[in-house]
Parts: sequence; structure tokens; C-alpha cells
Amino acid sequence: MASILKIDNLQTHFFTKAGVLRAVDGVSFDVGAGEIVGLVGESGSGKSITGFSIMGLVDAPGRIVGGQINFKGQDLTKMSASQMEGFRGNRIAMIFQDPMMTLNPVLRIETQMVETILAHDKTVKRVDARARARDALGLVGISSPDERMRAYPHQFSGGMRQRVSIAIAMLNRPDLIIADEPTTALDVTIQGQVIHEMQRLCRETKTALLWITHDLAVVAGIAERICVMYAGRVVEQGPNDMVIGNPLHPYSRGLLGSVPSQNRRGQPLQQIEGMVPSLLNLPAGCAFQNRCTMATPDCSVQPPDATRTNDGRLVRCYNMDATTPKTAKPKTASRKARGRT
Amino acid sequence: MKPLLTVSQLSRDFVKPLDMVAKMLNRLGQDYREEIVHAVDDVSFDVFKGEIVGVVGESGCGKSTLGRMIAGILPPTKGHLSFDASQAENPSIPEALRTQMIFQDPFSSLNPRKRVIDIITEAPIHHKLITNADKRDFAAGMLQRVGLDPDVMERYPHQFSGGQRQRVGIARALAVSPEFLVCDESIAALDVSIQAQILNLFVELKDQYNLTYLFISHDIGVIEHISDRVIVMYLGRVVETAPIAAFLKQPNHPYTNALLEGVPRLEVGRRDYEPISGEIPSPLSPPSGCHFHPRCKFATDRCRAERPALQEIAPAHFAACHLNDQA
Repeated sequence: MASILKIDNLQTHFFTKAGVLRAVDGVSFDVGAGEIVGLVGESGSGKSITGFSIMGLVDAPGRIVGGQINFKGQDLTKMSASQMEGFRGNRIAMIFQDPMMTLNPVLRIETQMVETILAHDKTVKRVDARARARDALGLVGISSPDERMRAYPHQFSGGMRQRVSIAIAMLNRPDLIIADEPTTALDVTIQGQVIHEMQRLCRETKTALLWITHDLAVVAGIAERICVMYAGRVVEQGPNDMVIGNPLHPYSRGLLGSVPSQNRRGQPLQQIEGMVPSLLNLPAGCAFQNRCTMATPDCSVQPPDATRTNDGRLVRCYNMDATTPKTAKPKTASRKARGRT
Repeated sequence: MKPLLTVSQLSRDFVKPLDMVAKMLNRLGQDYREEIVHAVDDVSFDVFKGEIVGVVGESGCGKSTLGRMIAGILPPTKGHLSFDASQAENPSIPEALRTQMIFQDPFSSLNPRKRVIDIITEAPIHHKLITNADKRDFAAGMLQRVGLDPDVMERYPHQFSGGQRQRVGIARALAVSPEFLVCDESIAALDVSIQAQILNLFVELKDQYNLTYLFISHDIGVIEHISDRVIVMYLGRVVETAPIAAFLKQPNHPYTNALLEGVPRLEVGRRDYEPISGEIPSPLSPPSGCHFHPRCKFATDRCRAERPALQEIAPAHFAACHLNDQA
């Protein structure tokens, strides 16, 4: 599969008065055409900043200081602001957590959608743009799109608003959509609806999707590959089955163990001691060493490089050979689920 | 065994009164009505001592209003709730203190201008459970109970992380030796790894101090993990209450089924989502009959007309659905 997006050693740092914050520090991964990749991490892990860096939306005092973002053969980090505009909202689109913040509250949905089309292609007639916008609304499952286009964002419910922002993101048939916590603010049944729409649209239009979230269960349900981030670095990446079924990095394992579920009823949850360290004073060496149960003196000398394992994933840990997976393997279940697709 | 808490036919309405213009127009013959939201509508259930009862539902289903009424923060419009006085561990403690609440947002539920020691000891000093002289020892003991270092008692809330703040909130609730804790989305604002720490703490405290919980959450995974019994709410009404085993294996109400199927789960792996259709209706104008009928695939004419009553379909398993009558 040809990769649409190839991020290589991306470094986005924030130059604050208190010091240099390495929000994204050497992140590398790629997203293939039509592929869904999950980027998981806790707050402050740099997952959103990675998304913003791809979109060229990192504001001062933040700056991309190194690495490459290769999008269909072009390096986005070398683009000027006006060149970037040709990509943003056109070839790469982003969906944010809070749709009320994304949509302009004083413009009708119609105006906002038509604007998105005309901004990238001046030759389109207004009537055609409007028809395209209406079709896009119908595609994301909004009933009677003709009337709904005349409405303002506040007249929609939360789930509907998120559908509208998905429709806007899909308008110009982008090659890549970056979804930053798109279902976090939604209720369970509405979340199911939005995930369903995204799954369907990506499959039908072969759009690649980078799904950024803190919720492992959501990513486990839709992503083909998963990257787990911690303190600005991807600590483990690989196919969904492997990362969820048999995590190798102690952090991914702890994170999976701390998700409550019916299978672990009555037992205490496995917990990761301590808390996410401040990015301003990360320990030398591996950022996870203070919370890691398997840390050795080596861990505090130098951060581990991403090592490719026999089964083809990348893990940043010195001691992963010593790890014996404790979590039950849900592999049979996932195969059954895939059989239904 | 007598229940510790009996909730019977509890209701709470919120009324938006008419503004001046509407009142004047009404005098001129217009017909403006007050807007009434039935946040909690005729809810009855029991909670037994030592139980963890989970309340689950989507936004606007009234679960928080229910929790606030049980905690005594909000008076009910109709119905009543009673605690069994004979099961009190310590009869000298006033009844109002027997229930305490732990809130969702650890940033706004602690007074930013008070030190942790004052936050924890304010209530017990006010109620004369401890004296000013014992303050330091008492706060130190409380902080240790919730897994914090007693040295932090001189700090202000902003000097803590979210998880630590939630621990302070728990220490404050425990300071008056309550027997019943209402946890309203108490871990929803925390990161996954911190959520696990706080959930474990809740279970440890329950075993140590013989506590009873009403655990309110929208997160079904959390409810499944911690509860002994589950109450499912939809638009102000209880649609199903079931022991956890029955809730997981034989959910009865179509809404419960939809909720359980819609949850993303680690165990299932990659799958296709087949969501239930439709939006959550506005509580201002709920659908007639069974509130769930516009989204339910089994809905009949009876569902549109008549409100289903909560019936016992198996021991301790109640559901409000007309389909149970047909079987």
C-alpha cells in the first residue's frame, strides 16, 4: 500500500519562558491510502500537537524544529503559508473535538459549506457548490438536507453538529482526514453513529484517516494500525491486533490494563503509578522510567530507539524481551468481528 | 434485609417561568405556557448496605439530578427518599451527614482560596465532630486514607494534578464519616491511567469503611467494572434495573441492548458499528408513551400511546417495556 502521509522524526517544540517544551520529539509513522491509523495517548502526550503539525496549525511559541512531513511526495514542513492553504481543508482536512468551536455560529451551514468549496476552486458555480454541499450532508446521514442547510449551528444537536463538520471535512474529497477526539464530547449511542459514518465514508471514498484519541476502546474498534504516544514520543506502533492483544511496551500494557471492563470485575485494575511527567523536566533517558515496573539503570542513560520486533512493530523499550504479556489475548474475538465485515 | 436507602416515586421538575413579555401577551389573549422539564420522573428503587449501585444513561437522562436529590443538595418536587436509621453505624452523627457527594470536576469542586487542611476539616469542625486542636492530625489521617502524603495539607488546590485533586475531594467527603457516597461522574475528567487509580481507591475504601455507593457514570465500562446492580435511565425514567450479571447477559430493554452494543470494547477488536438511529429527544418535549419508541425497532402502537410500567421480569430484575407483556 502506498503511503499518503509519511512522518519522519518530527519535532515540534514550544519555546516558553520556563524553557523548551518538547511536545513532539521524534515522531515517525506513516498512513497508507484508505487506511485508518489510531494515535493514542493521555493528555500532554503530544498527540494533538502531532495533528496540528501536519495541518501547519502550530502557533507561536511553538515551531516545527526538525523532521519531515511527507504528504504524497511533498514535504509540508518546507511549505510557505500560502502553499499550505492549498492543502488545508482541501487535500488534508481536520475534525475537532468540539463542533461548536469549529462552526461559525453566525453563518448558516450552507454559507460555511459553499465557502469551503469556493475557497479552493474558484471555477465552481455557486449552484453546483450548493448541490455538492447538500449531497455531502445527505452522505453523513442528515435527513432533509435542503432544509437543514438553511439552519444555524446552534439549531443542531451535538451529534448533528459533528456530522456537519465531518461533511465539511469530506467536501473537497481530501486524501487524509485528521480527526482529533471527534467523539469524545458525544453520548454513547451518538458516538456509535458518528464512528459508523466515518467508517463507511472512509471505506467508500478510500480516504485515509488519522484518529487521535485517549480512548483505547474506540481505536481498537476501528483502526488498522495503532501508535501509542507518551511524553512526545511514539512508544509502540503496530497492527491493531498486536498492540491491543499483546502490547510489548510497559506503558501500552499499563494503559490497556487500566481500562475497566466486565472481564476484570472484582479484581483491582492494573494501575500505572504516579502521573504523566511535566514536559519541562523530563528525566534523562526513557520518559516512562519513573512509572515503569521494569526500569533498569540503562533506562536513565539514554532514551531507547524505536526497535523493530520480529512481528514487525516498532517499540521504544530496552526491556521488552523480558516482558511476558499478562493480558488475555482477544485475538479470537477480533477475528470473528472481522469476519462480519 | 431492609434496604439502606428507599427511593419512592421521586420526581423533580425544573420550571422556566414566563418572562414579563409573555405574561403581558397572555393577558392579551395569547397562550404562552411555562416550560417544564421532568428531569426525574417517578423513580423508585432500593439500595442495600454495602452495595455499589451504578446509574447509567446518556446526557439529559436525569442521572445527575437523581444523585443530587439523594445527596440532599436538591429537594425533590414529588415523592420521598428515606434512609434506614437503624442501620446507622454511628448514631451520634447527624443524618444529613450520612450521605456525601463526590463531584465530576476536581477543578471547580474545591475552593481555590482554601488550603487542603481547611477544605478537609471545614465540615467536621462545623458539625463539632472534631475540635480545632485535632485539625492537623485529623487532616493527616484523612490524606493518608486517600493515598496522599500528609505533608501536602498546607497546599492549595491549584498545586495538585487532576487525580490528586479528586483524592482531596474524596478525603473531604469522607471527613464526616459518611456511609453513603454519591459519585457523580467522579472519574470522567481524569486520564485513563489515573481513572484506574481512583476506581481502585473507591473499591478499597468501600471494603475498609463499609461504604455504600451510588455510582453515576455515562461510561458503561466503568459501571460494568464496579457495580453490583445497574439502573439504566432514559429521559428521566428508569427503564431497567438489574443485577450486574443479568445486565450483562440478559439485558431486557431495547435501550439497554442498544447501549451495550454501541460501546466500543477492547475485547471485540475491529468491527463494524451498527448504531441505533435517531437523536436523544429534547427533555422539554419528550415523546408520548414510552420515551424510547421513536428510536426503537420493536415499537408498536401501544408504545406510542401508553407509558410502560416497571415490572419484575426475573428476581430483582425490572424493566419497563411493553414487549414483556406479549411474551
